[in-house]
Amino acid sequence: MSKQDLTNLPSAGDAPPAAWQAYSKGLTEAGPAGSEPARTEPKDVWVFVEQHGGKVANVSWELMGKARELADQLECKIGAIVLGHKVDSVVAMASANGADLVYLIDDPVVAAYRSKPYAHAIVNLANKFKPEVILVGATSLGRDLASIVATELDTGLTADCTGLDIDPETKNLRQTRPAFGGNIMATIVCPNRRPQMSTVRPGVMAKPKKLEAHDTRVIREPLGLTEERVAAKVIELLKEQDESVNLADAEIIVSGGRGTGGADGFKPLYELAEVLGGMVGCSRACVDAGWMPVSRQVGQTGTTVRPKIYFACGISGAIQHLAGMQSSDVIVAINRDPNAPIFKVADYGIVGDLFQVVPALTKIFRERLGRNGAGAGISAAEIKKDFLGEVPPGVPAKSADAKTSGEEARPQ
Amino acid sequence: MHSVVLIKQVPDTTEVRMDPKTGTLIRTGVPSIVNPYDVHALEEALALRDKYGGRVTVVTMGPPQAKEALRKCISFGADEAILLTDRAFAGSDTLSTSYILTQAVKKISEQHPVDLVLAGKQAIDGDTAQVGPGVATRLGFEQLTYVVKVEGVDLEKKEITVHRLLEEGREVIKTKLPALLTVVKEANSIRYGSLPHVMRAVRYDPPGWNQAFIGGDLTKMGLKGSPTNVKRIFPPPTRAPGEIIPGGKEDPAAAAALLVDKLTARGAVGGKGAAQ
Repeated sequence: MSKQDLTNLPSAGDAPPAAWQAYSKGLTEAGPAGSEPARTEPKDVWVFVEQHGGKVANVSWELMGKARELADQLECKIGAIVLGHKVDSVVAMASANGADLVYLIDDPVVAAYRSKPYAHAIVNLANKFKPEVILVGATSLGRDLASIVATELDTGLTADCTGLDIDPETKNLRQTRPAFGGNIMATIVCPNRRPQMSTVRPGVMAKPKKLEAHDTRVIREPLGLTEERVAAKVIELLKEQDESVNLADAEIIVSGGRGTGGADGFKPLYELAEVLGGMVGCSRACVDAGWMPVSRQVGQTGTTVRPKIYFACGISGAIQHLAGMQSSDVIVAINRDPNAPIFKVADYGIVGDLFQVVPALTKIFRERLGRNGAGAGISAAEIKKDFLGEVPPGVPAKSADAKTSGEEARPQ
Repeated sequence: MHSVVLIKQVPDTTEVRMDPKTGTLIRTGVPSIVNPYDVHALEEALALRDKYGGRVTVVTMGPPQAKEALRKCISFGADEAILLTDRAFAGSDTLSTSYILTQAVKKISEQHPVDLVLAGKQAIDGDTAQVGPGVATRLGFEQLTYVVKVEGVDLEKKEITVHRLLEEGREVIKTKLPALLTVVKEANSIRYGSLPHVMRAVRYDPPGWNQAFIGGDLTKMGLKGSPTNVKRIFPPPTRAPGEIIPGGKEDPAAAAALLVDKLTARGAVGGKGAAQ
């Protein structure tokens, strides 16, 4: 995210934008430290809000949706953990997404993510306020962080969950996740220690449906750590071309496999993606062959995706690939081999040559949707939502075109 | 510089299936391999030894059959490979596995102080990515996950600079040694074992360390030390069967048109007009 993008977000001291305040009926401050009585009984469901320079990862709001369900069953509250510096806008968004409590640590040391200071902060919060459950997005950041926190708290952590619910009898959290490359699913419990911790796969849970007005208490806590005590220093973030592709958030993915025959074979896929405002993905075979970068890889060892439409072009459908895309809303398979396993999971299959079928699709979509596409059901509002997390209506978000088709569609 | 590489012997997950009737894993005939990410961690350790000198020790926890995985590591050129094996370790989840491995690294450090611990970013059977960070936390080492490149090591200043492969890009980060790195597969390409190393591997018998040897708190190991347990396993959900649109070979344009009609009717694509 560039510096320019930050200008949209309120800085410290600014009141949250009016539109957010409308949703978060009362943002009451409970800090500073010490004024909130420490709890002894584990109780609430916490969500770690992952933010990068004020931009919140979608998975954090997806977790808020799930946290509401769990909290209703447990008859408890939702606490959002917000770490950062000058992140009032994130606090407001957490409130708008359903947080009853926001635990805020605002300190320059945690402005950007580093393993130890973040873990230190959450361990201290958890030791003081005793949550029942902590949910963290299974991003690289989340998995890096949650492992340290669970080890420090000497509790169980279940990785990369795709399902969470409460056992009605024991009230334990049932955590379901794929294992053995997606060949089996396992339900895991942590009955005797608290908090129960999960990292949750992005794109699996639904975001909160309605943003209802409710009260949120903000509890400010000190970090208790100075920069001198942090050994790790981030030097820079390199945005190498094509390495920071974020397939997980794409609404339409046109994906290619071995059937493309090489990097050049992806050209028609890029053209279809451009017309639909989608992104191009690939199977592991294409990465192993050096045709595509790993950032484009869909599957168990790549990115898990859940777009509205997934076009699998010349992909046979190995189980590891299926594990990463089979929760797409609609799957279209195009393959010359009628026996390819991909057809078993496809809603629509065309047995044929992708080099004939895909350009034909591009031509028809182009005619029907207008020259530049933009008819793929992706409205400007949705693009903004992608960019800023959940933005209630009326909030201006100027520089919101990071993921539009223009930037993505880049036939080599 | 002394690097310890943590490896895991895993079933080749492409071969594992579940018996839908009995609800158990079918593992007969499934080959065991060294977790592929761990091989990249080993390669990184060997490359660092090539550059800075020192030694590479490989450790795994598992049954006696895991010696085969350790021999494989010797064939790539590791100096020593240790098997942690004891009934007390059985049934460990990630929390207790990280405890046992930490005890082992401490034991290894008594002989040769450890500067760096490396592991794959995750294992392909469990895919948790939790054991590496758990060991780093327990050892009090700096933690560097998803390492795609080791930029350099300053042995005098005890500093290391690496690139981490993240969703947002490559993070360049510098920190103090000792550190623990988890390595992604883009970090390097695996070397071929040289003939002398392969010959040595054939005869190599990895030392087996048990609980009594590495010490530590028994209540933190194995089933007893594991807060999580598996309640049930089941096959992944399957999607409802779809339809094949005919004519893909004979008339691709017509098949494509039919597909677009179906997608539009479904409201999956085509904007407001088409949505129900």
